[in-house]
Amino acid sequence: MKPAQSPPARPSDVYFFATCVVDQFFPGAGMDAITLLESQGIRVHFPEEQTCCGQPAYTSGFPDEARKVAAHQLTLFPNEWPVVVPSGSCAGMMKHHYPTLFAADPIRKAQAEKLSARIYEFTDFLVNVLGWHPEDHGDACTVVLHTSCSARREMGVHLTGRKLLGDLHKVTVAQQDHESECCGFGGTFSVKQPEISGAMVEDKVKALKATGAERVVSADCGCLMNILGHAAWKDRQEGRAKPSLPGEHIASFLLRRTSK
Amino acid sequence: MNAPQTPHTLHFMPSAGFRARAKDVVDNPFLRQSFRGAMDFLMSKRAAQFPDAEELESLRTLGESIRQYNLARLPDLLERLEARLTANGIQVHWAETPDEANEIILGICRRHEAKLMVKGKSMVSEEIELNHAAEAAGIGALESDMGEYIVQLADEKPSHIIMPAIHKTKEQIAKLFAENVPGVDYTDNVDALIQIGRRVLREKFQEADIGLSGVNFAVAETGTLCLVENEGNGRMCTTAPPVHIAITGIEKIVEKLEHVPPLLSLLTRSATGQNISTYFNMISSPRKPGEKDGPSEVHLVLLDNGRSQAYADEQLRKTLQCIRCGACMNHCPVYTRIGGHAYGTTYPGPIGKIISPHMLGLEATKGLVTASSLCGACGEVCPVKIPIPELLIRLREEAFSAPPRANPAMRGQGAGYSGLISAVWRGWAAVYRSPSLYRVATWMGSRLRGLVPSRQGAWTSVRVPLKPAPKRLRDMLKERG
Ligand code: SF4
Repeated sequence: MKPAQSPPARPSDVYFFATCVVDQFFPGAGMDAITLLESQGIRVHFPEEQTCCGQPAYTSGFPDEARKVAAHQLTLFPNEWPVVVPSGSCAGMMKHHYPTLFAADPIRKAQAEKLSARIYEFTDFLVNVLGWHPEDHGDACTVVLHTSCSARREMGVHLTGRKLLGDLHKVTVAQQDHESECCGFGGTFSVKQPEISGAMVEDKVKALKATGAERVVSADCGCLMNILGHAAWKDRQEGRAKPSLPGEHIASFLLRRTSK
Repeated sequence: MNAPQTPHTLHFMPSAGFRARAKDVVDNPFLRQSFRGAMDFLMSKRAAQFPDAEELESLRTLGESIRQYNLARLPDLLERLEARLTANGIQVHWAETPDEANEIILGICRRHEAKLMVKGKSMVSEEIELNHAAEAAGIGALESDMGEYIVQLADEKPSHIIMPAIHKTKEQIAKLFAENVPGVDYTDNVDALIQIGRRVLREKFQEADIGLSGVNFAVAETGTLCLVENEGNGRMCTTAPPVHIAITGIEKIVEKLEHVPPLLSLLTRSATGQNISTYFNMISSPRKPGEKDGPSEVHLVLLDNGRSQAYADEQLRKTLQCIRCGACMNHCPVYTRIGGHAYGTTYPGPIGKIISPHMLGLEATKGLVTASSLCGACGEVCPVKIPIPELLIRLREEAFSAPPRANPAMRGQGAGYSGLISAVWRGWAAVYRSPSLYRVATWMGSRLRGLVPSRQGAWTSVRVPLKPAPKRLRDMLKERG
């Protein structure tokens, strides 16, 4: 498996950029990711001043607003430590779009380039920097993995999540139909084109459920918000009390499986 | 079951009604299933052509650089092409708008007192709505590509740039033939249907005064028009009638003959998963003295229709790299859900979203540019590496920024501007660039989570409401110490 970039020596410290979605909506996933990194003997630093990578404005066509928010993040990671991001989509923004976003601003462009070289998506960091092989302590179960489009196509880290799950010897990873297809989230797309986005998430949830897996895991909370949000809506519509498709961030799943 | 139809009009307003048209298809399980099946088939055919990821990547890089090389020299190449074609005896015409292109073509028809034009598959002729212009001028225009013929019989527009009738089932086609072709009984045997079509068309090739075709590549150094096709009708259109008119966009040009094979190979493999198309025509001149066949006149109409606007901007210029293979639509989860007609443009799918704004202006197309989750499947398969998601983001900026800018890069810049939405984004930036405001806003969010409305606009049409967690990650970290 090719790392997304040449791995540095195993670091003693990393920064954690939680993303605004994790901070506000999936804090447990952030906690679990941090705990997992710490369990590998790494000191995790959470710059208090962090907010959002700026992607929502950027992809909606408001680059000035995105730049303002992104410029603020540029200053938060002064040491040469890797910056671990528990989201392929926000990592993709910081790694691939920051340098172009600041193309006309030499000072910030230089900062952005230095930062982007240190950005790691969470599962990529575990596999390609730490060389971690999770040891499974859980009972046999079947899960299905959803990989975000940014992780797959922008970061090229779609194999690392699969590899980590593959190391868990009592976990079967089910294969969903149209695995590589988008779940239909796409930030503001989900509200600007609700009919199309709705059809996409409907198909995605059907495909995930059809595998019979007991839960879906993903390294992107944006996708999870969409997928789990639709699955829960469907459960309500059909009067099910128990969630038909529970799900969580891959960090939470990995932490649980590897804890004794 | 009826496919949604686009009414005939020379003035596309694709944004108006786009959501409603999309919803019609999304709510139609039959259509959704049939598009899904068709796209799955095309995707697997393409995938089988490119088993080696590294080889594919280097081919795409080659395709990209050939297209960029030629676009970089476009003005010069166009002049050289015109000179070469003229020397070869092919008459060259320039059209800035669809109306001008129609006028040129109909003018040639009138000079020859033409009654019937047979057409090979040409998306540019769809772009200018030639069939309607011809009809209005009293000239019959008959599509000879099987898919286009079906679409014409049904009085519809193509729903895909490579497979115009992909939205039709064989039963629908059987019915169309039985109702519209004299002396034909209902049969849904595909081979029989093709034979019927061929028989009808073959007579018409003899009768036609004009043959019209598109062009896939125009080679400047040799003055050659290359035409890719599978049915042989393109060859008939360009050889049987006494006059051949080819029409294409100004971007379809390459300098050298050696640029053609790599692009051709990428085109057929990406489009239909074929190693090579059944026919590949190279047209370099009209019939020469002493030759037994071929048209005595050949014309080329070069259409701009907004292409030079795209050309003028370094980033938007990449749009013109396109070789019209259709792979981006085959792989697009949005196209797969809504099919081609919902877009309301000549070119549907991802390529349609990035090129139509140049042809029709952003007023008419501002809604289309939002119709993407930016999943990147299109950019991943594009054989000439057009960064489609990046261009969509740029078009969103052009559409939603405040008008008017001094020298707008695009017609209709700011057409989607809303003072309210812009203010919302400014407010968003004010909060998210300021750690203290962010802290307050998100703290309130988690405290007031009980007050979160149960309806959150479009989000809750198929999802449960979003609710902030009771504690933010930063609170949890603090508590942990
Ligand atoms: S944009 Fe790329 S994938 Fe789409 S039709 Fe053009 S060449 Fe093919």
